Amino acid sequence: MKGKINIILTGVGGQGVITAANILGKAALKAKLNVFVSEVHGMAQRGGSVNCSVRIGNVSGALVPSGTADVIISTEPIEALRYIQYSNKNTIIITDINPVIPYTVSIGLEKYPEIKELFKELENFGKLFKIDAVKISKDAGALITKNIVMLGALAATDILPFKPEFLLETILENVPKKFKDMNKKAFEGGLKAIKKY
Amino acid sequence: MEILEDKPGKKILLLGNEAITRGAIEAGIDIATTYPGTPSSEIADTFSLIARSFTKQKKEPSFYFEYSTNEKVALEVAAAASITGLRALTCMKHVGLNVASDAFMTYLYVGCKGGHIIVSADDPSCHSSQNEQDNRYFALFGNAPMLEPSTPDEAREMARIGFDLSEELKLPVLLRTTTRLNHVRGPIELYKIKKPRGKGHFEKDPMLVTVPEIARLQHPILLKKMEQAEKISEKSKFNKIINIGKPDGWGIVTSGVSYNYVKELANDMNLNVKILKLGMTHPLPKKMCEDFIKSCKNIIIVEELEPILENQFKVMANDLKSKIEFYGKSSGHFSRLYEYNLDIVADAFSKIFKLKNPIIKPKESKIKLPSRPPALCPGCPHRATYYAVKKAAPKTTIYPTDIGCYTLGKAPPYEVADLLLCMGSNAGTACGFAIATDQKIISFMGDSTFFHAGIPPIIDAVHHKHDVVITVLDNRTTAMTGHQPHPGNDFDGMGRSAKKILVEDVVKGCGVEHIEIVDPNKIKETTEAFKRALEFKGPAVVVSKSPCIILENRDKKKRGEKIYVYEINQEKCKNCKICISKFSCPSFYYSEDEIILIDTQQCNGCGNCADICPFEAISPKEVKK
Repeated sequence: MKGKINIILTGVGGQGVITAANILGKAALKAKLNVFVSEVHGMAQRGGSVNCSVRIGNVSGALVPSGTADVIISTEPIEALRYIQYSNKNTIIITDINPVIPYTVSIGLEKYPEIKELFKELENFGKLFKIDAVKISKDAGALITKNIVMLGALAATDILPFKPEFLLETILENVPKKFKDMNKKAFEGGLKAIKKY
Repeated sequence: MEILEDKPGKKILLLGNEAITRGAIEAGIDIATTYPGTPSSEIADTFSLIARSFTKQKKEPSFYFEYSTNEKVALEVAAAASITGLRALTCMKHVGLNVASDAFMTYLYVGCKGGHIIVSADDPSCHSSQNEQDNRYFALFGNAPMLEPSTPDEAREMARIGFDLSEELKLPVLLRTTTRLNHVRGPIELYKIKKPRGKGHFEKDPMLVTVPEIARLQHPILLKKMEQAEKISEKSKFNKIINIGKPDGWGIVTSGVSYNYVKELANDMNLNVKILKLGMTHPLPKKMCEDFIKSCKNIIIVEELEPILENQFKVMANDLKSKIEFYGKSSGHFSRLYEYNLDIVADAFSKIFKLKNPIIKPKESKIKLPSRPPALCPGCPHRATYYAVKKAAPKTTIYPTDIGCYTLGKAPPYEVADLLLCMGSNAGTACGFAIATDQKIISFMGDSTFFHAGIPPIIDAVHHKHDVVITVLDNRTTAMTGHQPHPGNDFDGMGRSAKKILVEDVVKGCGVEHIEIVDPNKIKETTEAFKRALEFKGPAVVVSKSPCIILENRDKKKRGEKIYVYEINQEKCKNCKICISKFSCPSFYYSEDEIILIDTQQCNGCGNCADICPFEAISPKEVKK
């Protein structure tokens, strides 16, 4: 490949965002490509907002510059908008449709935006794909595979420099045997959800 | 394990921190010590993971590893091993080096024998820290040779070669990293693994005892070693010049992760520049730097945080009577604040070179998003302790806090964090407040913090009879940094059995006369205990014992025990909001029609909400999956 691919993965601590970013990195390396993955550790993991960068190709810095993301994948709707500075009009935005309410909203200090307004706003920034990753992951066997659903959805776009089967193969190499089936279903579920668009 | 594979040339993807561990293993590491702290933790956690996997198979790992009581102890343990000829690594976060600095400064006088690498993980932007101090000053302050990697693979290579450098100079080497190196994953190329030495031998030497007459002899020896280090720096493969385009008098001096941004942008913006990439940044290769200055008309210095390279280059240019123009922090093109990225460096370059900024200023959304700060987990026992404290304490109570998950008690509705300086400061500042005010004081620290730096201020409180309540939130782990064991556990970082030390036994030994031991999940009893502690004249310690819910549930699953999640009986609920506004568990939320519900995905089944509900409307429902 020539040039650079910039991917932003966002969500809430505990949703497997870092694992997804790590798997993308491993797939890129397996494809003999240069790759850097930037992660968030420590305090932010306690239910906080999480944002990872994956950069593939002719890159040295690990952080995606503003306005250059080829894709933003979010496991939670407002987290997609929180990192919207990385988007440009060609950016593909893939988000799960299921809100995770921050405690600041639960205790009544702040408001969660109207969900329809939120999706309308995301459409103003890029090419939006909404999927019910909670349902797809549960159908696959467990909510914990939601991050793999998101990777399936990403594989359905033409952003990645390798085929969906190649990414799936990398995923299956990195999960314990007994969870392989579940993760395969989750990946294929995500893939199908985007192909249907 | 992939990280242990002896397959030179193979490429694998590793986190910067894991790459440092790999580099140490390639160099034949004998002993690694640490106190955990973000962003350094995964260096030690990787050693621990390897050691535990060996212990599990009833085999001996090739190295000794420990989570030491604090960073100073970690450095001392490894220093002694190094003095016997073993290869040692000590890793810590930047502020950890403050704790270890007493040992560090004089260790440099004494010097080492086996190679010793001290890793400092700095945290520009304070992602997970109480300050963003630049620990490169420690290399200058103490006269330590310093290496600064830009990528995970360079970190591996610097760790590997750093041991040879340390042995050649007989000085510990500071491997200075930043968050964007520690927590970046990149391709690394494996190098062959050396066999460790195993056992050291201590040769007695009067020069190791730094009484004044010896210290006066050791200081000039240290300065001589630094002269030798400068010669090594001149030839180091980590210091190099990279030409981009057709350099026309513009030079860029950079180090660490800043180099990555400079390199990418110099190419993308079609600059004609020569880049001096410094990897061994103390002592600087003076001749190489001077030649670079002489060959340029303008120099841009790109370094995060303090102007350490910038100031040294200005001194060199001044000595050379050079009229060269510098662009950096003092010219206003770069900030002394926060971590850099491509946006920041591109912005500076476009101003300096009068070029169009390749990075477009982002559009902003008009929708106001709710913040999502980290919070105490659902089921966290600290929440129950805080709930009880707020019931027991008068409004004007001062709450000195400390470093750990429990610092999150700062947020509403609890607001039980009034002052935070450093590890252990809760109890020391509690004593100060007791002297200076007539207000009640309840301070908080975790169990790991207690062992790390919490004991001396308790002794101060006892000896001077300060009227304070000091709380030890004993959740049996170092939770915030990734659940590392500490002296309160009956196992260690190698997965071996260890002597468990009880917080209350230590407190008793310190002479505290009023000790309350509570289970915070019994909120009423805990409230009463805090009331008694507040009434007691003199220092009282409350040990609030309940394991971290994440570990507890993990263990329950392993034992095959059920974890129940809770639900609200809407017929009994009077919508008094105590559970959601006062107890404030993140798994509670309002439905669209203002009914209070529990998110069963988030609920960890502590059941404390059932206790605090005045209408008995909350009860266990189903088993958590």
